[in-house]
Amino acid sequence: METFNLSDVTDAELLQSDRLARDACVNLDDCYQCGKCTAGCPMVHEMDLVPRQLIRMLQLGLTKRALSAKTPWICANCMVCSARCPQGVDIAAIMLAVRRTAKKQGLQPVREADLFDDAFVANIRSFGKSNEAILAAKYNLLSSHLTQDLLNAPRMAARGMIGPKIHSVKDRAAVRRLVDRALADEGDREGDQGDASVLLHPSAAAAGAATTSPGGDLR
Amino acid sequence: MRYAYFPGCSASATGVAFTLSANYVGNRIGLELVEIPDWCCCGTSAALVTNADLALALPARSLALAERMDPALDVATPCAGCYSSLAAAVHHARQSEANRAHVEELIEMPYAATADVFSFLEVMAQPESREAIAAALTTSLNGLKVASYYGCALVRPQRIAHFDDAEDPQSMDDLMRLAGAEPVEWSFKVECCGASHQISEPRAARQLIERIFEDAAANGAEAIATACPLCMLNLDMREAEINKARAAAGKAAFSIPIYYFTELLGTALGGSAKQLGIDRHFWPAASTVAMPRREVSAR
Repeated sequence: METFNLSDVTDAELLQSDRLARDACVNLDDCYQCGKCTAGCPMVHEMDLVPRQLIRMLQLGLTKRALSAKTPWICANCMVCSARCPQGVDIAAIMLAVRRTAKKQGLQPVREADLFDDAFVANIRSFGKSNEAILAAKYNLLSSHLTQDLLNAPRMAARGMIGPKIHSVKDRAAVRRLVDRALADEGDREGDQGDASVLLHPSAAAAGAATTSPGGDLR
Repeated sequence: MRYAYFPGCSASATGVAFTLSANYVGNRIGLELVEIPDWCCCGTSAALVTNADLALALPARSLALAERMDPALDVATPCAGCYSSLAAAVHHARQSEANRAHVEELIEMPYAATADVFSFLEVMAQPESREAIAAALTTSLNGLKVASYYGCALVRPQRIAHFDDAEDPQSMDDLMRLAGAEPVEWSFKVECCGASHQISEPRAARQLIERIFEDAAANGAEAIATACPLCMLNLDMREAEINKARAAAGKAAFSIPIYYFTELLGTALGGSAKQLGIDRHFWPAASTVAMPRREVSAR
């Protein structure tokens, strides 16, 4: 079992956990650690921090540990946790907020998941539609899992599921602009949110005012 | 029954049998689908894990194009993942004027967020559709024991997907009953199939599929019905591989074909395996639906 010295928790970490909670529209104090999220999680066997523990890390301001966790990348976003939480905590939204923030920081706790989703978004940016065969081939190349599902390819082709035709929107430029704008824009918006005064940790509010410009060292 | 139609990327690819069977059923019951011009990928979980704005803007573009085509039409989509993305974008835009305006900026198009989004399951489960199906039935699935598998996106999160119960949905079970099948009680109807983790995390995710088969088999299911192309692909394409691993571990093999719920409805409406795309499955599925139909005609 991992041990943590809570005296080492920095103000920046507390501020950052507040911001993650705000991004997910969640009040971390609502979680009373019952573990129902974890009991229902279908991917929990592969997580380094179970969902309940990830929330606990954020409650305590152990944000660096949370951001380096495999957990949000292993999460399949099935939303069972959020559906069953007796306190209405949207745990799945926290998983997304932690993963997006970790990605922005250049962290890649689960390489394959990151490569796959990047390849998926790149596919959309190029064609406006998802071309499953191109996606699978690109993923296999990037991840070096070269032969994965290779034997399924001819079987899919025989069933008319994949073929030489590339599916594309007519207005590729519009979709590409949309993707680029969305990816650029959120950074700005989050910068703005850094100035918001809604802080969930009272201690962090004091610390933020005293030592750091809120959000300043979070990127 | 007229909708703006969002096919989704899988409709002409891995989910081609869903398209064939849904169109067959749709034609038989007077469902009119008008394809949204130049719709794009909904972004699905890849956009969601990447960026919140991207996850809103991609579905919103198609919704805005649907509005431009005909503002009076609601939107219908076969795919559970597309349904989830589209419905989440509508929900977000309706939360506040600021949200809606922000989405318009992202997509560079007006978007009023007036149209609702329906999955094909919800479309077919509506009273009008059910009556039309009942009137058009030509045969019965003759007590075929079906495990209705809803998966995640059609029932969660409840603030968005609320047409059926989140833990024990019934809409597909009711449709199966209508087609003469016998829905089985089982525990995994809203469990996750692993989604794209079957590609990125196959070692960790395979057991999710295996558990679904295990519970369906333990409850006497002869078939599994799904309303999601990714659930379908994950179960249907990987059943043989899972059986191979089970054989190596000395466990019994599964022998459960997977169907789109529209394939089973289409069968009861008289469609052939070829017309409905049932002959395109990985796990052989044509003989299971052919057998009960023979029994019916012999009666």
